[in-house]
Amino acid sequence: MNWVDTIVQGILLGGLFALFAMGLAVIYGVMRLINIAHGDFVVLGAYLMLSIALTAHLSPFAAAAIVVVLFAVLGYVLQRTILDRALGGDLLAPLVVTYGLSVIIENGLQQAYSADSHSLQIGALETASVHFGPIAVGIMPLLVFGVALAVAVGLELLFNATPLGMAFRATSDDRATARLMGVRDFQLYGYAAAISLGVTALASFFMGVKYTFTPTLGPSFLLYAFEAIVIGGMGSFWGTFTGAVILGVAQTIGFAIDPGWGILTGHLVFLAVLVVRPQGLFPKVVA
Amino acid sequence: MSGPLLASRALAAYYGDFQALFGIDLELGEGERIAIIGANGAGKSTFLASLAGALAAKTGEIHFDGARIDGRDAASVARLGIALVPEGRRLFPSLTVEENLRMGRFAGRPGPWTLARVYDLFPVLREKRRAPAPSLSGGQQQMAAIGRALMANPRVLMCDEVSLGLAPAVVRAIYGALPLISADGIAVILVEQDVELARKSTDRVYCFTHGRISLSGRSAELTKDAISHAYFGV
Repeated sequence: MNWVDTIVQGILLGGLFALFAMGLAVIYGVMRLINIAHGDFVVLGAYLMLSIALTAHLSPFAAAAIVVVLFAVLGYVLQRTILDRALGGDLLAPLVVTYGLSVIIENGLQQAYSADSHSLQIGALETASVHFGPIAVGIMPLLVFGVALAVAVGLELLFNATPLGMAFRATSDDRATARLMGVRDFQLYGYAAAISLGVTALASFFMGVKYTFTPTLGPSFLLYAFEAIVIGGMGSFWGTFTGAVILGVAQTIGFAIDPGWGILTGHLVFLAVLVVRPQGLFPKVVA
Repeated sequence: MSGPLLASRALAAYYGDFQALFGIDLELGEGERIAIIGANGAGKSTFLASLAGALAAKTGEIHFDGARIDGRDAASVARLGIALVPEGRRLFPSLTVEENLRMGRFAGRPGPWTLARVYDLFPVLREKRRAPAPSLSGGQQQMAAIGRALMANPRVLMCDEVSLGLAPAVVRAIYGALPLISADGIAVILVEQDVELARKSTDRVYCFTHGRISLSGRSAELTKDAISHAYFGV
């Protein structure tokens, strides 16, 4: 095993996991809503890109751009029409509602696309790579990593350096008091859901290019996203990003040791962090 | 200017089946300062929450500047210019002091109250502006909560127990800000446990007992006996 190569590939895989995780982290961070359907949205986005690219004869990149916008709108509408009604009471209601969404999306996709696997074809770019000394690095994994990094920087700036981000944090702290300040919390939650699903659509694209996907893959993506957030610690997108990279490296090392151990190694690292440091490695704890 | 700036008519409020307010008729004039006193559980905070739109279960009417506002939610009421300094201060813990102050701006009301002006009013906040809100002392937090409300450039400032648990010197500093706030024409409602402080700081006083107004009058004219009688019902 070439350790340097394995670790580099693992870090790049972490970029994809970071894209899975950050969409989930946004709505958890703002409205404490755990979106069980998150992974299914990743899969749904990829199918939509596939359909749009095929029917409108667009490149997958153009289809991806369309779905990012579409998903942002979907997120806003979903929040205002369905998720809002589930919030504010006990924790169980949003879990049940998003679990229901998960079942609906998964079965809807089975119905529409069958259980056959698909993938997004982007031609030669899929396999193109650059060489750094002894190791070859794929252009796509580099692109995924770069996009994930840009999303992490963008979300950190949005949350910490803009009035909207300040309102997100304040409303997350204390929704009732934020209302007293004149914050329109329902609208604000809609924006958070729009950002979350927009980021999720980015994840859909890169997932669809990397993997052959079927309608039932959603829950495993949800699990990776969860693990990344928990490893990194709640409260910062840097933490989530780092958690995703750690998960990616763990899986890749596992795969290098034995192909059957890849995903298991990721879970073991997650469990180890949970046991040793349940607050995560880089929590941003509010006093 | 005819009629009061803010008035409640036959206002009643409920927590589930429990009725907390019974037919409150109260008026606040433009630029006036009033106090609401009364024992714990008399309904003072509930009344402020009802005015602020933070309590949905209510009947009766609330009029502000000639319009009925009792159906509006808290964000709309804040945008009209009614600011509440909530009991227990309720600063946003993950925000800095300055960010907390800037949250007042979400009411969308530009005006004379700016960060600089709040810092002039409470200079200690300027020193602590980058500190996380929970690192402030109780008195400093109260100053930040009042500053945050002022940043909304309200026409009515409602303060819920701002002196609670604070040292006398700090209470004096906070109450010392009232003349400056009134000088801008902001009307003030103070909910206050300290009857003497309430009387000295206001034009008129309302005393609440078990969700009803048991006494009201000009602060200077109410006798201690009348207040004790209204307060304790003895």
